[in-house]
Amino acid sequence: MRTIVPNFTGRPKGAHVLDALDLARWQFGITTVYHFLQVPLTIGLATLVAIMQTKTRKTGDPKWQRVTDFFGKILIINFALGVATGIVQEFQFGMNWSEYSRFVGDIFGAPLAFEALLAFFLESTFLGLWIFGKGRLSPKVHNLTIWLFAAGTAISAFFILAANAFMQYPKGASVNPDTGRAELDGMGGFLKVLFNETSLFQFVHTMSAAFLVAGTVVAAISIWWMARSIRITGDEKEARGYWKPVAKIGLTSMLISSIVVIGSGHFMGQHIGDIQPAKAAAMMGTMESGESHNLTLIMDTRDTDGFQLDVPIPGLESFMATNHFAGEESFLPSLDDVNAELQEKYADVYGPDQDYRPNLTVAFYSFRIMMGLGFLMLGVSLLGFWLIRGDKISRSEGWGKFWLWMIPMPFIASSFGWILQEMGRQPWVVVPGENNVFLLTDFGVSSSVSAASVLTSMLVFTLLYTGLGVVWIALLRRYALEGINTKSKVVEYDSTTEAQPNFVY
Amino acid sequence: MDLSFIQLLWFILIGVLWMGYIALEGFGFGVGILLKGLARNEKERRASLNAIGPHWDGNEVWLITAGGATFAAFPEWYATMFSGMYLALVVILVCLIFRICALEWRKMINSPRWRNTWDWINATVCFVVSILWGVAFSNFVQGMKIEVGHYEDGVFQAVPADQVNTSLDAVDKHFLTGGFFSLLTPFTILGGVMMLALFISHGALFISIKTATGDFHNRAQALAKKSMGVAIILVVVWALWAQLSYTNNAISWLPLGLTAVAFVAAWIFIQNGSEVKAFVAHFVGLALAVVFIWFTIFPDAMKSSIDPAYSLTLAQASATAPTQTIMTIAAVVFVPIILGYTIWAYKVFARRINVDDIPEEASGIDYKQIRTFDNV
Repeated sequence: MRTIVPNFTGRPKGAHVLDALDLARWQFGITTVYHFLQVPLTIGLATLVAIMQTKTRKTGDPKWQRVTDFFGKILIINFALGVATGIVQEFQFGMNWSEYSRFVGDIFGAPLAFEALLAFFLESTFLGLWIFGKGRLSPKVHNLTIWLFAAGTAISAFFILAANAFMQYPKGASVNPDTGRAELDGMGGFLKVLFNETSLFQFVHTMSAAFLVAGTVVAAISIWWMARSIRITGDEKEARGYWKPVAKIGLTSMLISSIVVIGSGHFMGQHIGDIQPAKAAAMMGTMESGESHNLTLIMDTRDTDGFQLDVPIPGLESFMATNHFAGEESFLPSLDDVNAELQEKYADVYGPDQDYRPNLTVAFYSFRIMMGLGFLMLGVSLLGFWLIRGDKISRSEGWGKFWLWMIPMPFIASSFGWILQEMGRQPWVVVPGENNVFLLTDFGVSSSVSAASVLTSMLVFTLLYTGLGVVWIALLRRYALEGINTKSKVVEYDSTTEAQPNFVY
Repeated sequence: MDLSFIQLLWFILIGVLWMGYIALEGFGFGVGILLKGLARNEKERRASLNAIGPHWDGNEVWLITAGGATFAAFPEWYATMFSGMYLALVVILVCLIFRICALEWRKMINSPRWRNTWDWINATVCFVVSILWGVAFSNFVQGMKIEVGHYEDGVFQAVPADQVNTSLDAVDKHFLTGGFFSLLTPFTILGGVMMLALFISHGALFISIKTATGDFHNRAQALAKKSMGVAIILVVVWALWAQLSYTNNAISWLPLGLTAVAFVAAWIFIQNGSEVKAFVAHFVGLALAVVFIWFTIFPDAMKSSIDPAYSLTLAQASATAPTQTIMTIAAVVFVPIILGYTIWAYKVFARRINVDDIPEEASGIDYKQIRTFDNV
């Protein structure tokens, strides 16, 4: 056990300093959850739009080009805000979490730099080529640009999730006793940072969540438009010719990704039990150590002896966490026991009274909201397939409305997934992993930034994000309402340099 | 601590990233400002926006990469700089956020009021952010209120300057303790005005090389001629001030001289109407200005204006050799690829835009009037 306190700034928990810390945490939470409203839609929709454009090229059918243009607009509106709010994310580590940045900079900075080099240049350049290159590039090259854009979004996700995984369970690094900072374990350490159980689970789980979000948006708009187009145009041509084939793409994305997101979530939950027992106990709601735990659905998280409602399947929670309903292997430690163990283990470093329990209410209910909505979306995708089975189409405007209501659900699920992931990790900013690399969140905050400064920036970002969020939603809504003009002229591709460039403005 | 080869290499590479950012995004900011300065009508504004449209996002990534590379290669630099310049960075971030939305969302709704609002936002934030980048770089040259110590009860406890070398450890670190207003001095404000003038002339030159002969093109060229004169005077005053008062290395006379040659060449070219050559020379001039700045701060990452002993040196700020080696591999493999497709993207859209070719009908849809379904 290391006896020096990493990065200890000699800062007692005075009220003033805690204010700055709490505000910095609020700001990170607000800006990150907001940023992640746009991110999964961009990641998933990029690939779905690329598939639509590939269909245009393969079939030569102008219908698919109109579909591509329609969802392409939604992609661009969304991507803009995602890029804008993403810059804050990269700067914020240094601005608000500079002590954290000093501690892990040797490891944490590299994935961010890789993300910029390998993903951001690719995304931005090829999206520019895609938007402006229509009619300028050959159909094949133009189609390739959207695939490269989509690849960029996935590469970006890989690196940023590897960086996050380092905070969840650091690997490939150790602490230099001279400086008290974490350092990469040689160049091979970087491969461990990128490729480990935690990072790969997070990648699969987050990517499938992204395809669930985008699939839901595509399927919901399509099914809503089926009935709407019949009402407005008086015939079924648009519903059958346009919206049904698109709905199938969205529903397929939903079905596959909801199965993958649930499956990966199951194993990821068990992995969390190994690496972060306190988060696992809090999200499961394990209040007493023992075998064959039932899954608690609702409980009073303020008074854990109070009201509690269990799912009537004996040992379900034990099964989720251990694959065993009963017996010795189904044993789960309680949150308080986990806490006591950690208090003993880190008494030399942080004293005997440090509380290692995350916020129970947040962890417990975030987990249920995320999981509940994940299963709901699996069911909804099956419902969608049933609605358009065989040669049927959805004619009911009621079902159309129902589907619109489903659009926020995977967004909410993703948000609570991240809230569970990050709030459940507390009080650690870097959870103790291999080689005793760890840091409490309290010691990660910028000690030179005053509470007034953080309050100012938090108010500014909150106001700005609220305003831009209103515009973002209004634009998405307006473009969804516009639908597809089935008589619009489709751009003719021409690769000669004399072709008229696509005037986007 | 001596500087290793790979540390020097990463100092240079981060300089290269800033060169790319300033020289590329610089014309984007200039074009943004000129939306409400040079462009007189909707078609001219749309010509300007179509010219930077495919490129601005890629240009901005140079900044993100510079930030990420600084984090990875010199974590202490990243941490001290970003936390120390907190409020200035908040303003820069707000500007960049507004600008991205202004560029991407302007074309979505077909309404003069909508476009006008976003154009004013675009022009304003480009104006502000140009000055702020100038102020920021000038602070690097001039030095900032950097001290070594730690915070106790929110109050900074400095280590005496003569004990810095022995006390720098897990407790005592470098901090920018001066706050926002310490970043504003006559020298840094002059730097801000200089950067603004340079970006305006850079933007004017970019418009003149991207538009076909016509009224707009001629006005852009005329503005470039005038603004460049102002910019060069500001550069000369600022650079001499920097060289005489603040440089760490007398050898920075060399990049200073080269920067001056590039800008004067650009001025001579534009007076003769060779706009492409003028743009290239101006582009090189901006990149060389970053080289000059890098020469004035080496071997520090952040100079202290309080006491040189407090300066954060590159060696102190550095990540370990394995991290920098990994980063070097990535840079060697991917920077040529990035340059390749970036140059290709500029070639794809190399053709000059004729203002008269811009279609009458603006892009976007009417917000209130949903399209009519003519087969109803």
